[in-house]
Amino acid sequence: MTKCKTKKQNVYCLLFLLPSLLGVMIFIFIPFLDSVRKSFFTAVSEKFIGAKNYEVIMKNDAFALAVKNTALFTAVCIPALIIISFFLSYMITKIKCIRLIKSVLLFPLAIPTAAMVLIWQILFSDNGYINNILVSTGHGSVSFLSSKTAFWVLVGSYIWKNLGYTVILWVTGIMKISGSVIEAAKVDGAGEADILFRIIIPNLKPTLYTITIISFLNSFKVFREAFLVAGAYPHDSIYLLQHLFNNWFINMDFDKMAAAAVLVFSVIFAAIVLLQRMWNKED
Amino acid sequence: MKKIRFASIYFLFAVIGAVILFPVLIAVILPIQDSDELERTFAPLAETGSRYVSIDYIPQYPTLKNFSKLLLYTPEFYKVFWNSILVVGSILLFQLLVAVPSAWAFAKFRFKGKELLFNLYVIFMLMPFQIMMLSQYIVLDGMHLMNTRLSIILPAIFSTFPVFLIYRGFADIPDDVEDSARIDGANELQVLLRIGIPLGKSGILSCLVLSFLDLWNMVEQPLAFIKDKKLFPLSLYLPMLDIKNADIMLTAAIVTLIPAVFVFIIGQDFLEQGIIATALKE
Repeated sequence: MTKCKTKKQNVYCLLFLLPSLLGVMIFIFIPFLDSVRKSFFTAVSEKFIGAKNYEVIMKNDAFALAVKNTALFTAVCIPALIIISFFLSYMITKIKCIRLIKSVLLFPLAIPTAAMVLIWQILFSDNGYINNILVSTGHGSVSFLSSKTAFWVLVGSYIWKNLGYTVILWVTGIMKISGSVIEAAKVDGAGEADILFRIIIPNLKPTLYTITIISFLNSFKVFREAFLVAGAYPHDSIYLLQHLFNNWFINMDFDKMAAAAVLVFSVIFAAIVLLQRMWNKED
Repeated sequence: MKKIRFASIYFLFAVIGAVILFPVLIAVILPIQDSDELERTFAPLAETGSRYVSIDYIPQYPTLKNFSKLLLYTPEFYKVFWNSILVVGSILLFQLLVAVPSAWAFAKFRFKGKELLFNLYVIFMLMPFQIMMLSQYIVLDGMHLMNTRLSIILPAIFSTFPVFLIYRGFADIPDDVEDSARIDGANELQVLLRIGIPLGKSGILSCLVLSFLDLWNMVEQPLAFIKDKKLFPLSLYLPMLDIKNADIMLTAAIVTLIPAVFVFIIGQDFLEQGIIATALKE
């Protein structure tokens, strides 16, 4: 580690940092602080109104619906992704051709949403291919995109896209656990379940932390599928915060947007800090 | 007993693999069907009747006509494809020029407030686009950049994610290596160019692959900041087409897919390393 001792090194350090720091200041830090300020003012006349904007969005039905759906979506898809991917990763470490399996699981990450929009419509429309199969095998047809099922289609597409990512992280975590510890446990007569629950899972806490946060971040990107397949006003069950921000933006409801952005930022920030605390405490 | 277990694990993965690849398989089969066959496939989508979409897995008259229609008679497509290349290419180039030196400064120098600043970088890297949407709009509008390609290029250049990822690669380089270069009289820029970049290469490449795949799929930013459809990147232009042009849509989807799959295949190792490097805790 180089201390910025000499003047010359100070200059270099500053020069290296400067382009990024300037850009981040201009496009991220300062505008965000400005949004925080805006959230306490009216949008048009710039009059200070205290927490009024926050009161307005708290009473707003669309906001309540979007928060509820986003929370529900997060609460369902993240645990589902974590559990399914862990189960698969644990299996993968027991067999060969890991590379091939990892390639297949990762592949959806490379596929642009735009390229699949029409395929999702072919599969999930009321007259779509899946309904064709359901009806021809004697079941009733399901309205996948315009009923509560839309929520589950979205959960499915989220898992489809993110499974590979999480499996890579889990497999790396599992492989890192030293074989000698596991061998020693086996010698002491530990069964497979003992090894899984007493050695492997407790050792994966840092991996779990990363996966939780990255999966959460990526859960916001399901907006791409939801918006491109079902439009700006999809079925109520998949009307997410992302739709709401987008619609407020189009209607130029900037005061509401500012307050909602600050609120959502605070919640995410608190969640990250809380997770970090939990992780540090148990360590 | 053990054999049966292994066989069932392989079987499980075969089923999962088939489910994962099935939509992609359809995406590849449909564009090589001729227009009559495609029309029959798609007609039910536009009606409310009781007919359902059916898919011929083996096209009756396989043809490349749809591709020649797209590539020869749809000049608009080239414009949009070029938009995507231009936008993604310039973001990647400038992202590296900005992120590499700053990641090096974070990894190898000590300065006041470093930890706080780095934590701020990480926190904003974890925030979804929607949080920054209004803030960025106000800056871009102030610069009179709305509805230009720069409105999606400039903010993306200063994304803090590449800094974090490249930092990870640099932090793994032992300090002794650069110190010996310094003793040999190299200045700090030479140390970065001759030691940092060659040794941190895999971090940089991982960042390129991950960023490319994400940017090639960019939807939220152009949706918010660009109104003129002629300036849309492929990732937004394609889904906005009328379903009546299903043949064009399907064919364009394959052409959109090709660069991403190409990068995926040649960069899979770096992609995996990049994913592993996102580990927030070790």
